[in-house]
This record gives sequence, C-alpha cells and structure tokens, in this order.
Amino acid sequence: MHQNDSTRRQFLGLAGGAAVLGAVPIVTMRPAEATPAELASAIRSVTGGAAVKTGKVKLDVPPLVENGNTVPLLVSVANPMAPEDHVRSIHVFNEKNPQPNIANFYLGPHSGRAQVSTRIRLADSQKIVAIARLSDGSFWSVSVEVIVTLAACTEEVI
Amino acid sequence: MRLAGIILVSALLTADAIGAEIPPAERRSGTSFMTPDTKAMQDDDTANPGMLWVLDGEKLWARKIGAADKACTDCHNDARTSMKGIAAHYPAFDKTLGRPVDLQGRINLCRVNQQRATPLAYESRELLALTAFVAQQSRGVAIETGSDPQLAPFIANGRELFMQRQGQLNLGCTNCHDDNWDKRLAGSAITQAHPTGYPLYRLEWQSLGSLQRRLRACMSGIRAQAYDFGAPELVELELYLMSRAKGVPLEAPAIRP
Amino acid sequence: MASALINVPAKAKRGDIIEIKTLMSHIMETGFRHTATGEVIPRDIITSFACRYNGTEIFRADLFPAIAANPFITFFTTATASGKFEFEWIGDNGFSETASASITVE
Repeated sequence: MHQNDSTRRQFLGLAGGAAVLGAVPIVTMRPAEATPAELASAIRSVTGGAAVKTGKVKLDVPPLVENGNTVPLLVSVANPMAPEDHVRSIHVFNEKNPQPNIANFYLGPHSGRAQVSTRIRLADSQKIVAIARLSDGSFWSVSVEVIVTLAACTEEVI
Repeated sequence: MRLAGIILVSALLTADAIGAEIPPAERRSGTSFMTPDTKAMQDDDTANPGMLWVLDGEKLWARKIGAADKACTDCHNDARTSMKGIAAHYPAFDKTLGRPVDLQGRINLCRVNQQRATPLAYESRELLALTAFVAQQSRGVAIETGSDPQLAPFIANGRELFMQRQGQLNLGCTNCHDDNWDKRLAGSAITQAHPTGYPLYRLEWQSLGSLQRRLRACMSGIRAQAYDFGAPELVELELYLMSRAKGVPLEAPAIRP
Repeated sequence: MASALINVPAKAKRGDIIEIKTLMSHIMETGFRHTATGEVIPRDIITSFACRYNGTEIFRADLFPAIAANPFITFFTTATASGKFEFEWIGDNGFSETASASITVE
C-alpha cells in the first residue's frame, strides 16, 4: 500500500513536470524528419548538381528562438543587382522539419537589393541552408545552426 | 534546460510562502521579457499579424447586422474617438447582470440587445477581430480597471482564485507570477502576468487569442480543470489581473512568444 | 474574411530602392499534424506569392509548410515610375487573394 502510494506520486510528478515543460507533444504522431539525403536531394533539384560555393549569402535568424512556430528569417546576398550581374533566386532549406524546403524567392536586377525576410517554422533545433543562384549560373550558400527551446505550457492541438 | 525546469517545478511545489504582491513601481508588461526580434514584430504595425484581426474588426464595426439592422457605428460612430480608453476599464460592472463583463462579453451583449443578432462564439475570428479593433483604440492608455467600487467583491474573488493552489501540480498563479516572475520555466520567461495586450498574437498559437484562452492554457499547464469559456470565474480572474496591472499601458494587439 | 496588410512607401524618388512588406491572413496548415484521435489535418497552405509593378512581375515566392501562419514576406524593388503594385497569393483549396497599393515616383 505504502509502496503503491509512492509509485503513484512519482508518476504524477513526472507527468506534471512534463506538462509544464511543454514536453507533451503538440503533434500526437510525429512524422519522420527530413533526412540529410532528402535535404541533399532538394538542394540538387535547384542546383542540378552544379558546384555550390560558400559565401556571399547571409542568413539572419535569432540564435535562440523563443517559439519554433514563428521564427523571423532574413536572407541577403552580397552581390550587385545589375542587368549583367545579379541574383536570380534564393532557396531556403532546413534539415529536420518534415520536409526540406522552406521557400524559393525569385528576384531580378530591378530588385535593387537581394534581401528577403519572412517567418518560418522550425520543428527542432537544426541547420538552415540558403542557396543563391546568380545570373552567371553560379551557386553560393550559407548554413546556420538554430537552437529552438521548449516552450512552457504549450497547448495541445484541437 | 529540462533539468532546470524540473528543479524549478519542485521548488514551486515545496515552497510554502504565500505570494507577495509585486510593488506597483515594479509592475512590467510582458513585452519587457521578450527578445528584440519579438518586440520588433509587436512595434511595427505592418509586421504585427495581430493587425490582420484589427483590420477585420474595423470592417465588422461598420457592418449592419441582426434584426435591428444596426452596425456598431450607428451608436458609437468612429471607434477612434468613442472607444479610446474603453478597453483600459474592462472588465467592467454591468448593472443589468449585476456582475462584471469583459470586453468580449460586452460586445456580445451589444450584439444581442442592440443589434438583435446572435452572440459570437468565444475565440471565433469575428469576436477576436471586434475585440482587437476596440482594444487597439486604447493603445498607450494606462489600465484603470477596477476603480468602480461595485467591482470590489468580484476582484476579491479573482484574487482568491489567483492565490489558490490547484491542479495535480498544486500550484497557484501567484507561485509563478508573484514569486518567480524573474525566473524562467523551460525556455520561457515566467513574466508578471499583466494582461496588457489582449487579444494578442502568440507565436505559439500562430493566431490571435483571448485572455480567457491564455488562462485556460495556464490551468491545463498545472493540470487543473480549466473553466469553460465565459465562466464567471474566468471573468473574475481577468478582472483581478487587469486591476493588478493598474497603471501599465495597454498595447493590444500585442505579440507574445 | 481574409485580410492583407501591405506596406509600400506612398512616395519615392526615381531610382530609390524601396522595401515592400506584406502580411496575409492564412492558417498555413502543414498537413503534418494530427488530431487527438489520430486523423491527419489536411494540408492547407499558400503555395505561391507574386508581386507585379505596373504589370511586370518583380518578385515571386514558392511557399512550403515551413512558412509560419499568416505569411509575412518583405522584399525590395527599384522605384521606376508612379503606378500600382499588385499582389497575389495562391494556395490549396482554391485559395486566391489579391491586394494592391499605389506609389508616386518623382
């Protein structure tokens, strides 16, 4: 009897602690994460297998995210926006969401500045990759690691 | 992070000190706990998604509805002048009902009694939109809720609920929001629980939501049975929280993580 | 009831690089979530956004479920002539919304 009581308390304590920590999953059945292979394949579908150089592209994402459901993201490319030399598109990918694509942005010389911002979802702490395609056909990239903290007292879905 | 959270939870469970109220000079909006990115989202109306509801509310304000075929404008004209400062006094005492009503409750009373229309459901887009539109007219106005002496017994009820331990975690609101507002729970700042920005856009919800929704989520968090939307207890708790935040400027529609 | 919030400067000098901010109300349901009873909540997202300046497309975006609800997109363009910006959002279940904003270029 005494033993049962203590077991029960322990269980409630654990369950409650989990609830406050927000470890109760919002997604009751979590789908598989995008794999590194899927990320690589999504990138290949943009580059067609061409070499991707590191540089020119900058990703601004808060290093520590308050809530993974709405994360501000700003991507920019240090490159002229002239008819003869400009950024044609910027492609943003992630590593651990259920699918690897986040967004594709199509620009041109009239853009004046190769800079786009949006808000994204991150299921977990992970790597984000941005790839820019220039008018000369070259590809440039950057990747950043983002830490997503667990929110306290999350609501369950529906 | 998880370990720290568990340690804090156990500290809260064992603490037997009665919550000490936060001195008025130290009362701070939840905004002051947010990261610069989230603050920036709140401060720029063209980046604040809560403004989408305000826009909807502005349209609804002018729409004739109900058997009376009346719009809010037919009685209240331009909300920019008629509604300025109103939200800073809510929840307010309703003489007919003999109890306090919150802003959503007031909008629904107007719909039923003046427009002869059906009341809007809690958390419906329409009710949130109208509430956000009305509340936004009081931006920057210091909260004045609770000055009506008829509200005193209801504020006392709300305070009692705030202090009372409940749920499987046996926690009262005060254990976090009076005693530990300068600490964190998992990745989140605990905050002082001043409802300065409702209805507000929570990044977690990815939507606008009411203070009642937030209170219900807090109750689920401590594993207590949440009161139904519109329950008098929730309105009393809203009333106590707003009177507790007296003097802090309203900032609806705010952003919170 | 879908609202859009557009921020385009009312006036600009010819050649100025201006920022355009857009916010569109949409739930952006990912298609990866389940209800408590285990049923998949079907995907319902905006898949495409485009902006035309006096009839010419100046910006386009493909969106995926990783874009947060109520999509917020900002970008730049060069002010070339007075006229109109037209915005278009297209998505699942026949979602289609437009908005416009005018600019005076001196």
